[in-house]
Amino acid sequence: MENTTTVQTPLSPEALREHRKRQIHRIAYKVLLYFVLVLCALVMVLPFYWSLITSLRPKEEILKLPVTWFPSRFTTEHYAYVFETIPFWNMLGNSLITTGVGLFTNLFFGSMAAYAFSKIRFSGHKVIFNILLSSMMIPGVITLIPTFFVLLRFPLAGGNNIIGQGGIGFYDNLAAVILPGAIGVYGIFFMRQFFASLADDMAESARMDGAGEFTIFFRIYLPLVVPGLLTLGIFTFQSGWNNFMWPNIVLQSPENQLLTMAFKFFKTPTQVDYGPLMAVSLLMSVPILLLYIFMQRYFVQGVALGGVKD
Amino acid sequence: MISLRKKLSIKAQKNIVGYIFVAPALLFFLIFVLIPLVLSLVLSFFKTDMFFMDMEFVRFDNFQRVFQDSLFWRSIGNILLYTLMAVPLNVICALVLASLVNTQLRGVKIFRVLFYLPSITSAVAASTVWLWLMNPSYGLLNNILNALGLPSATWLSHSKTALVSVTLITVWQGVGANMIIFLAALQNMPVQVYEAAKLDGAGPLTVFFRMTIPLIAPTMYFILTMTLIGAFQLYDQVYVLTSGGPANSTLTPVYLIWQNSFGDNAGPQAGYAAAQSFVLFVIIMLVTVLVRRFDRDNAK
Repeated sequence: MENTTTVQTPLSPEALREHRKRQIHRIAYKVLLYFVLVLCALVMVLPFYWSLITSLRPKEEILKLPVTWFPSRFTTEHYAYVFETIPFWNMLGNSLITTGVGLFTNLFFGSMAAYAFSKIRFSGHKVIFNILLSSMMIPGVITLIPTFFVLLRFPLAGGNNIIGQGGIGFYDNLAAVILPGAIGVYGIFFMRQFFASLADDMAESARMDGAGEFTIFFRIYLPLVVPGLLTLGIFTFQSGWNNFMWPNIVLQSPENQLLTMAFKFFKTPTQVDYGPLMAVSLLMSVPILLLYIFMQRYFVQGVALGGVKD
Repeated sequence: MISLRKKLSIKAQKNIVGYIFVAPALLFFLIFVLIPLVLSLVLSFFKTDMFFMDMEFVRFDNFQRVFQDSLFWRSIGNILLYTLMAVPLNVICALVLASLVNTQLRGVKIFRVLFYLPSITSAVAASTVWLWLMNPSYGLLNNILNALGLPSATWLSHSKTALVSVTLITVWQGVGANMIIFLAALQNMPVQVYEAAKLDGAGPLTVFFRMTIPLIAPTMYFILTMTLIGAFQLYDQVYVLTSGGPANSTLTPVYLIWQNSFGDNAGPQAGYAAAQSFVLFVIIMLVTVLVRRFDRDNAK
């Protein structure tokens, strides 16, 4: 915009010089800004480039000096090795199942509860909501061991009897990952803000017409909060897909593990196999990167909303 | 009579429907939040292994042991040091980046996308890449340093530099998300205030420190609290990068708790780890309350 400025009225030499000086300042400022931005962008992106390049480099070239910015030839040997070594499709499937089910339950039950808290206002809704809200401040580490206990001793699961004895419960079962994260308080809190911004009288007039509460929820209100659902959905997907600590505790056999745990096959305490390690890191990041490229707006919105509405 | 019944039933109906709507959420909250919370204290009084086979009631022994456990307090010291480095660095970098991309420059949106990129990938994926970048002899970082005529750094392989290296990695990964939150706050600011300041001849730095910072204080507080709670629970990166070493220099409380309860050589220490979690929980709460008080005093 600035460079289209044209001098329309004749100016005195001093004014002209002053104008030039200001223009040079502006350009210098712009150049400096771009320089800093590009530098920061390099720092952010370089690790991605380096892992991609390493994953495509021949094995003998990885641990070789001097380091080169570009491989001498491209190879897919590390990817082939990954597919040979780990039950990749099992792991991918497990990641998709746990994340997908968690996505559905969080959005569905979360918005149901959120709707009730903001539109039905049953007795005690304030107290219950505040209890839920304050639990968000509790650091997750406190429930680590007891949640394991609950899943292990879950009645009638995995060979357990009615009082949760005799079997292994949900240990080494995908349910152990899905259940504790099935309905997040954050989702309820997040969706409630969307329902609260909608008018109450839509429900009132629908009730007059004899519509049931479930119909009102599904047909009238839920379609109006779809942008919120998309944003929360991306958030839930991202945290589910990237989850490592808890799955790493409760899932034992390789064919039950998630993609985030796959790196353990290529990095032992004594040896790190960098080629396949980079390949598997990229493979686990591809779905989330694709999602980011196509739904960038909702990613950013989710983060921004989480911060502003507090 | 009929109208009274109808009136009553409307209120009752509302309650019934309301509770049906929240029932699934409450059920899961009970099973996976409330019961574990109570259990966390109960288990702290037992000596038991990860599968809770033999549970022996040991009264306050676990808590007593926590207070005498030098490894536990080492991990607390580590995490405090880490928090002191990572949280301010993260918040400052995020604010600077947000200010940089809060302009009308052409292509600025691309930079926003790139800065947020590390935040969307998993901590595990990012850590494996940085493990490779920081490899002492074949890693890219040392080779860049050498090419610039600088000596190699020890990064993750020395107890003096390991925690700083972990800090750099988590800041690299976390700064984009905080930048987006700051950016949203910056874009919500009233334009008139800035124009008035410009007319009064205030320079960009004065505007930034005297106006921008006070105006985004609520956002700053939010980011500070959330980054703090997150920092105290550092685990994934330590698992991938250092396993707590070298010489326990990156041992974090959560990693130690995990080691004691679920690690390969855990033994019957799950009850003890539960007691450690409880103490850690109290410490995190104290720090959070402290930050909140500090923030309130500042606001006055």
